[in-house]
Amino acid sequence: MRSRWCWLLAIYVTASVSHTQAYGWNMPVGVTDVSSDIYGLHMTIFWICVVIGVLVFGVMFFSLFRYRHSKGAKAAHFHEHTSVEVLWTAIPILILVGMAVPATATLKNMYDASDAELDVMITGQQWRWRYEYLGEDVAFNSSMSTPRAQISGEEERGEYYLLEVDQPLVLPINRKVRFLMTSDDVIHSWWVPDLAVKQDTIPGFINENWVRINEPGIYRGQCAELCGIDHGFMPVVVHAMEEEAFDGWLAEQKEMAKEEAMGVDREWEMTELVERGESVYQTICASCHQSEGQGLPPAFPALANNQQLISDVDWHLDTILNGVSGAAMPAFRNTLNPVELAAVVTYTRNAWGNDTGDVVQPSTVAGKIAQ
Amino acid sequence: MAPKLPPQPPLQHSTTAAADGQADSHAAPPKGILRWLLTTNHKEIGSLYLIFSLTMFFIGGIFALVVRAELFQPGLQLVNPEFFNQMTTMHGLIMVFAAVMPAFTGLANWMIPLQIGAPDMALPRLNNFSFWLLPVAFTLLLSTLFMPGGGPNFGWTFYAPLSTNFSPPSTTFFILALHIAGISSILGAINIIATILNMRAPGMRLMDMPLFVWTWLITAFLLIAVMPVLAGVITMMLMDINFGTSFFDAAGGGDPVLFQHLFWFFGHPEVYIMILPAFGIVSAIIPTFARKPLFGYASMVYATAAIALLSFLVWAHHMFVVGLPLVAELFFMYSTMLIAVPTGVKVFNWVTTLFRGSISFESPMLFALAFVVLFTIGGFSGLMLAIAPADFQYHDTYFVVAHFHYVLVPGAIFAIMAGVYYWLPKWTGHYPNEKLAQWHFWFSIIGVNLTFFPMHFAGLAGMPRRIPDYALQFADFNLLSSIGAFFFGASQLLFVLGIILCVRGGKKAPAKAWEGAEDLEWTVPSPAPLHTFETPPVFHRTPH
Repeated sequence: MRSRWCWLLAIYVTASVSHTQAYGWNMPVGVTDVSSDIYGLHMTIFWICVVIGVLVFGVMFFSLFRYRHSKGAKAAHFHEHTSVEVLWTAIPILILVGMAVPATATLKNMYDASDAELDVMITGQQWRWRYEYLGEDVAFNSSMSTPRAQISGEEERGEYYLLEVDQPLVLPINRKVRFLMTSDDVIHSWWVPDLAVKQDTIPGFINENWVRINEPGIYRGQCAELCGIDHGFMPVVVHAMEEEAFDGWLAEQKEMAKEEAMGVDREWEMTELVERGESVYQTICASCHQSEGQGLPPAFPALANNQQLISDVDWHLDTILNGVSGAAMPAFRNTLNPVELAAVVTYTRNAWGNDTGDVVQPSTVAGKIAQ
Repeated sequence: MAPKLPPQPPLQHSTTAAADGQADSHAAPPKGILRWLLTTNHKEIGSLYLIFSLTMFFIGGIFALVVRAELFQPGLQLVNPEFFNQMTTMHGLIMVFAAVMPAFTGLANWMIPLQIGAPDMALPRLNNFSFWLLPVAFTLLLSTLFMPGGGPNFGWTFYAPLSTNFSPPSTTFFILALHIAGISSILGAINIIATILNMRAPGMRLMDMPLFVWTWLITAFLLIAVMPVLAGVITMMLMDINFGTSFFDAAGGGDPVLFQHLFWFFGHPEVYIMILPAFGIVSAIIPTFARKPLFGYASMVYATAAIALLSFLVWAHHMFVVGLPLVAELFFMYSTMLIAVPTGVKVFNWVTTLFRGSISFESPMLFALAFVVLFTIGGFSGLMLAIAPADFQYHDTYFVVAHFHYVLVPGAIFAIMAGVYYWLPKWTGHYPNEKLAQWHFWFSIIGVNLTFFPMHFAGLAGMPRRIPDYALQFADFNLLSSIGAFFFGASQLLFVLGIILCVRGGKKAPAKAWEGAEDLEWTVPSPAPLHTFETPPVFHRTPH
């Protein structure tokens, strides 16, 4: 009878271990040297805990079973034993020292961001990431691309539900990349488990971290620090490419950035701006002001039928460029380019019954920014 | 240790005479609600604290169930993210400040005078005031949920600038509520220290005190040390929000990280405020039901003191990923790992107390044993979190949520429940219904593990905390946690039922309700009369 139970237990344990590997019950080993060092530390301390647990709980459950009052156990009366007490103070200290040594080495390595070949500025914003390849004139925002209809359940949820973005951060493998991290509003935390990088982005601070990815692939993570209503909808996606592919991608991005800059000087049609503006609005503005401009008062005012907005185009543009100090509205002058800014202003002035007919040109916005 | 007894004062009355002659020196108490509003009796105030705490435990529990219901499956079904954030925040605030802390203060009020042979707390009117501040504070806090813009939505840790420049208008009320609760805690702590240091029975030295008294003495010092820091940090928030200062606003030259240093300088000792008295309760119950003196009494006291001192040196382990310099990371990693040593000593002492005892398994003992096992599991995950490089992966994930719920729910709360079942015979004169208590225990232990164990896996697999919706690979873990949470929540109704039945009747308990119980509270009749130890008892030294 007893042996049958042992068999069942063995089968159960084996099954759960294989299940573990298939579905991810544990910390990922990841794709950098640092991430596998961290995984090693994690498993070492885990097994130390398991061994101590088995010993302590073993003695405990043995005592509970062996010295039952109901079985007539008579209590002993000892209540101290100096050498045992010294021993069980000293042994844990030795174990901890043994654990601290490799942990210190790993930590030192993680803090050494010197000799990076590429610098990427990561800026957290409610609720998206902005990536800037320093010295390359390439910068873009990265927002969640999972449709709201999937969240509400009107559409079927996709494989990468909540973990997909419109534009991933693209990085080369085998090159040391340094991250400089900050925030425009509240504290966020940029985290990709496979890269073992988690670092708070803090307004007024620039934090440093680095990564050298060993394998190409797409790695997903999320914002880890509570940052407001859409904290759960702020994924991080990193696309790690072979070095040549990355160089090609970067060149292409530079070209596109130049083209976009040229768009500032030409005269835009209202329909073009409204079309562009709607997509900017839905990715950037809708999380607070809502998709129909109805807002979430009192924190996030409605834009539809907002008399101040309708009557005063300068105030409207100024609010978007410079934000509202002391409130949740951030300044977008550095986050969006003049074309995007002009488009979103034109869109909001002509959507949801705000039929002002106003068209704000990118060149006007660029002029305002330059002032 | 063979102590030389100090000279005893002349004995005037026996303890039973003191207990019997209760009403002669006091006017009849006012009737009805006024009796409870005006009472200065430590037992009545203790009961008020405990009833308040139990009520708040259910309110905080309902908030947790809203969270778990939303997380039952992926997608947003029941609440919007804004309300979800209010629920996680209020759950944390209510459980920490209105459920766990007042429960321990209630137990302290009831039991410290009884355990040291004092007639009451040292400052009875202050005692009344410190209790009645609490309903005011938490009515105010709960009322923020109905204010425009909703209640606090920035997590119980309320990190600036989310809690200042980006917070709802009700935040000022939240600050006021926390101030009032903080004043209550400080006054309660002063009272406890004054009582313990001045009012022990003649002949009872500090090193003779029951461990519940010892752990509370140390806890009270922690409270006095850190509650003012909390008051300071929320006052700075108040200034930032209402008076145009920029303590935490980077745009005005302020420092958001300063907030976290201040908060956690309060917050880490706060964690021990919620666990040290639990150590004391468990250290009373295990020897009673093992019928064997506590192993290593002195080392228990020293370990408690060591944990309390270390608690001031580890705060930044909550901040491993904010970008501290390397030396700071190393310092806080080493100091945090060091806490495992005195904590380990305590666990070894409890286990050795069981070794060669004569053990029975009444409901207080079951909860205390579950405490030892499950608190230790929470301690293990704490040790893992102490490893700073690994914390870059664990930080702000469900692994952390699992960790602190293991030390708080089957840790602090199970110890409170153990204490309640242990002392109910003394409070009511009746034993709690043992069958009901056992059902409560087994349901709770299944519920608690089903709720919190899968969170370890969700966190390691990459699920951040405080999110209202999650990626599909976390669905199974969350499903289990939600089922467990509802099961655990429902089984707490058995606890309430057991208490109500015990107050109304049940098997009569003698003065010494448990065969192996040793401390002074078991020398007064059950139920303990309103006034006890009006004449100090004779303290007989038991071999600690």
